[in-house]
Amino acid sequence: MLGLSGALMDTYYHPSDLPKFAEIGANAPELARKFFDWYTAVFRDGALSAREKSLIALGVAHAVQCPYCIDAYTQDTLSKGCDLDQITEAVHVAAAIRGGASLVHGVQMRNVATKIGM
Amino acid sequence: MTTAVQRTLLPTLVSRGSELASGEKQLAALARAAIRGDRGGDFDSHLENAGLSPLRATGIEVFQINVGKVCNQTCAHCHVDAGPTREEVMSRATAELCMGVLSRTNIRKVDITGGAPELCPSFEYLVRESRRLGRHVMDRCNLTVLTLPRFASLPGFLAENRVEVIASLPHDRALSTDRQRGEGVFERSIEALKRLNSVGYGRPGSGLRLVLVTNPVGAFLPGTTQAAMLAEWKRELSRLHGIVFDDLYSITNMPISRFLDWLMRTGNLEDYLQRLVDAFNPAAAAGVMCRGMLSVGWDGTLYDCDFNQMLELPVGFGQPRHLLDFERALLERRRIVTGRHCFGCTAGAGSSCGGKTT
Repeated sequence: MLGLSGALMDTYYHPSDLPKFAEIGANAPELARKFFDWYTAVFRDGALSAREKSLIALGVAHAVQCPYCIDAYTQDTLSKGCDLDQITEAVHVAAAIRGGASLVHGVQMRNVATKIGM
Repeated sequence: MTTAVQRTLLPTLVSRGSELASGEKQLAALARAAIRGDRGGDFDSHLENAGLSPLRATGIEVFQINVGKVCNQTCAHCHVDAGPTREEVMSRATAELCMGVLSRTNIRKVDITGGAPELCPSFEYLVRESRRLGRHVMDRCNLTVLTLPRFASLPGFLAENRVEVIASLPHDRALSTDRQRGEGVFERSIEALKRLNSVGYGRPGSGLRLVLVTNPVGAFLPGTTQAAMLAEWKRELSRLHGIVFDDLYSITNMPISRFLDWLMRTGNLEDYLQRLVDAFNPAAAAGVMCRGMLSVGWDGTLYDCDFNQMLELPVGFGQPRHLLDFERALLERRRIVTGRHCFGCTAGAGSSCGGKTT
């Protein structure tokens, strides 16, 4: 199927779309309100600091490969006092979990291969 | 953010022959930036909307003395364009004029800044005389000056005179600190903090107050509460280096001088200014530092704040412009000279020599 062409959607992701996030509430305002209230509460200082939560968010942003979240939480972690070493390590944590998640499924592969192999 | 750690000493704008060494050219560069929004980048219009126009002083609680532009560092973001090659420094005669004016007032706080204020030959005189007059003295210290061999006795001198040390340290780790302030600066700053701790600074019950000042290392705003950052820094500096301190001020980078030059060279100016404008906070504007201070230049000229001083914008609207003409009754209710750079003090929680303004 052909995608929308021209100025409307010359790329699927655009930085200018990020500030429009709130527009998602246009057709489901109550659901959006609940989401944004919950989202705001999640990131407040709690048992974890807002800075720690921001680092987790940056790692998850890379795991789910969301360019909007990567942009937003790179800026957010820096503004919360993290440096480039620290946010790079957060990305490695995400990458290690993703890589590890693939590799640990090798156990499943080995189970099957062992069962049917000679 | 630069991709390589800066050399220990960057050339100043003046030594590079940059047109941004001129306050007028800096203001023109700020004025050219395209800003979106109803009021655009007009600071006075934002003030008016907040019911604060015209902005006026509410008194003079702080007598800030900038003793000159000489410094042993050349930080990438310096709003003074200070460095070892600068020659502007307060003379003994002007220092005595400062103390003469101070003695005729009851202004409680003397805030000594630079450059590296300790490099001014009149620094010790200013400290001793201010203390003799019974005033609280603050030294805006770059820390590394304390590690220079000829300043080995400086921590003791500061402690003896009960000077509050307000020390610049942009980040609690080396990477960002050295990117902004020069290679090896973090390590030397830690050494300086240990020397201050060793004479009692930052230790509970000593009465020797040690404050650290952090600022973003790049084109973004401070984004966390000062209290949260204070807890993080106290834990990390104690855990990694055994350092104690009393408080942490978080300040916003002012888009002037070398930081302005960096913003322009890296294509960050308009986005950064837009962030400052979008984050204009009326509560922060009501508490801006210029309303409660008077800033004195190395040659005795009077300014509303250190930033206006570096933009060569003396007090305006017919007010006395030099220490020789100091008249407290007029100056303490003066109208403040404002401009686009003022958004640097009114964004978010606000920013001042004492950290947030809200």
